[in-house]
Amino acid sequence: MAQENTAATAGEALVQPEVPRSRGWWWVIIRFCQRNPMGAVSGFMIIAIVAVALLAPWVSTHHPTDEANFRALRKPPSSAHWLGTDDIGRDLYSRVVHGARISLFVALVAVVVGDFIGAAWGVATGYIGGKFDIYSQRFLELMMSFPTLILAMILVLAMGAGVWTVIVAISITRVPIAVRVIRSVTLSVKEYAYVDAAQAIGASSSRVMVRHIAPQCVAPWLVLATAHLGSVIILEASLGFLGVGVPLPTATWGNMLGGPVAAGLIPRWWMVVFPGLAITITVLAFNLFGDSIRDALDPKLRGRT
Amino acid sequence: MQKYILRRVLLAIPALIGLTIIIFLVMRILPGDVLTVMFGEEGTLQLSEEDRQRIIASLGLDKPIYLQYVDWLKDIVTLKLGQSFWRSSTVMDLVVSRGPITLEIAIISVLLSWVIGLPVGILAAMKRNSIFDYIGRFFSILFLAIPNFWLGTVIVLTLVLTLEWKAPLGVINIWENPWENLQIVWGPALVLGLGQAAYVCRMARSALLETIHEDYIRTARAKGLAERLVILRHALRNAIMPVITLSGVLLGFLIGGSVAVEQAFGVPGLGRTLVAAFFERDYVVIQNLVLLYGIVFVLTNLLVDISYAWIDPRIRYS
Repeated sequence: MAQENTAATAGEALVQPEVPRSRGWWWVIIRFCQRNPMGAVSGFMIIAIVAVALLAPWVSTHHPTDEANFRALRKPPSSAHWLGTDDIGRDLYSRVVHGARISLFVALVAVVVGDFIGAAWGVATGYIGGKFDIYSQRFLELMMSFPTLILAMILVLAMGAGVWTVIVAISITRVPIAVRVIRSVTLSVKEYAYVDAAQAIGASSSRVMVRHIAPQCVAPWLVLATAHLGSVIILEASLGFLGVGVPLPTATWGNMLGGPVAAGLIPRWWMVVFPGLAITITVLAFNLFGDSIRDALDPKLRGRT
Repeated sequence: MQKYILRRVLLAIPALIGLTIIIFLVMRILPGDVLTVMFGEEGTLQLSEEDRQRIIASLGLDKPIYLQYVDWLKDIVTLKLGQSFWRSSTVMDLVVSRGPITLEIAIISVLLSWVIGLPVGILAAMKRNSIFDYIGRFFSILFLAIPNFWLGTVIVLTLVLTLEWKAPLGVINIWENPWENLQIVWGPALVLGLGQAAYVCRMARSALLETIHEDYIRTARAKGLAERLVILRHALRNAIMPVITLSGVLLGFLIGGSVAVEQAFGVPGLGRTLVAAFFERDYVVIQNLVLLYGIVFVLTNLLVDISYAWIDPRIRYS
């Protein structure tokens, strides 16, 4: 009950009238950068990371999996191998660059799909209410009674390892959180007079949900989704580290770190430092950007967190 | 209050039953063939028909599905928790031998997160926009972004490379040798504690900043109370609530996170046992350990809810 209360007030605070767009997108972006320098910096970091991920085959110097140089095992960073080589002589820089592809792809798809399903479910359960609401609340509580990482682990085990199963497993962990947030927004929005008005002129339930309630959920959804991107990247890396994520030989940041540890080897410092730094910088950029998005969409909270 | 506790405890029972159902469904129905999960595609083909039947019978999979579920519930109620497929121990043996270390890590890290996170958060809120505030916020944002298993690996590697120091191997419980036990648990506890401290600090800061604007705080200041007392006696009491709720939420993060951190430090706790079971495809161990993690999670959330109601009397009547 207590948690529902706080969620409800947070939801209410997030519902904002839409920003007037008459002055165009450039104006919005420039104003966002002026008001949130951190957001601008992290936004550019994200653009750079995404560019590296998209251009991975062109910015990397070696092939991430097939080019194993047995005469250069475990070599420290040098001009030939910018970040050194791993246990079987693969170029670490190229693997980190290609790892960005997997991380970002998994994170983006999992967050968009999981949070979208959660949002649709949240609007429906909040608006329809009654038995449907009670049963879905019970069901979602069950899903939330597993620690996220462990839920993802058994889902991957059940479905078999692969990029898509990891994506499905991670997106399932996002659904209950999204339902909770969007449901509380819906509960407060549906009391507004304009919703009554829409119902009074005979709009169907689905029309009210899609045309009148969903638009109010866009801002909180964006805040939620950007916040989730960072945590999902860590989740994916944790799965990889534990050996239950995207399977070898595909290079992911997590399995680059986990491989030597699971094998009981003492890794060289460059094999540990660089993939971890890649995760940290990426998550940091997404978290900072998420904070700025929240500040921009919800001025009441500015500077508080 | 008793009535509230009773109601919450009764509500937890269907949740626990639901846990067993969900785990059972995920473990039995989704994989299609248990043997494929345990031995892989090729391994299954190499098994003789006899072996196949024997293994299926030993796992109790030849019975109808509802009987399998009843058997499992019996195992849970009698606290046997089933037999490991590869080892001679029951899952209960594993829990008894590996559990205490994981529990210790969890308790120490929660304490650490409060000891570090609360004072930093409170000071940051009191001296808002000072250098201290910026440093505190910087570190809390940084620690939110650092994956705990990576921090763990970095610490282990640094100690091995510079001091040639490694934590003792094997299970050493606190009542056997406290000093060696501490050497095993300090690393995971510190890493998990720092990660949670970042959340606690952020939450304490924002909650305190919110309460500071309340009327009753202005009243307390107006009557000439020292600022320190205004914060400690009046503001903190309300600001602490979200922090407690957060700690409950963080327990999920902690329980899951400890799996990866134990793996990074090579600590022989329950989390590492779970990871080993995943590698060995030890079906029964996975099923029961996941249940145990779920039960612990549900029960700690129950405790958080009750303590919340105990601090804030309004909750009980809602």
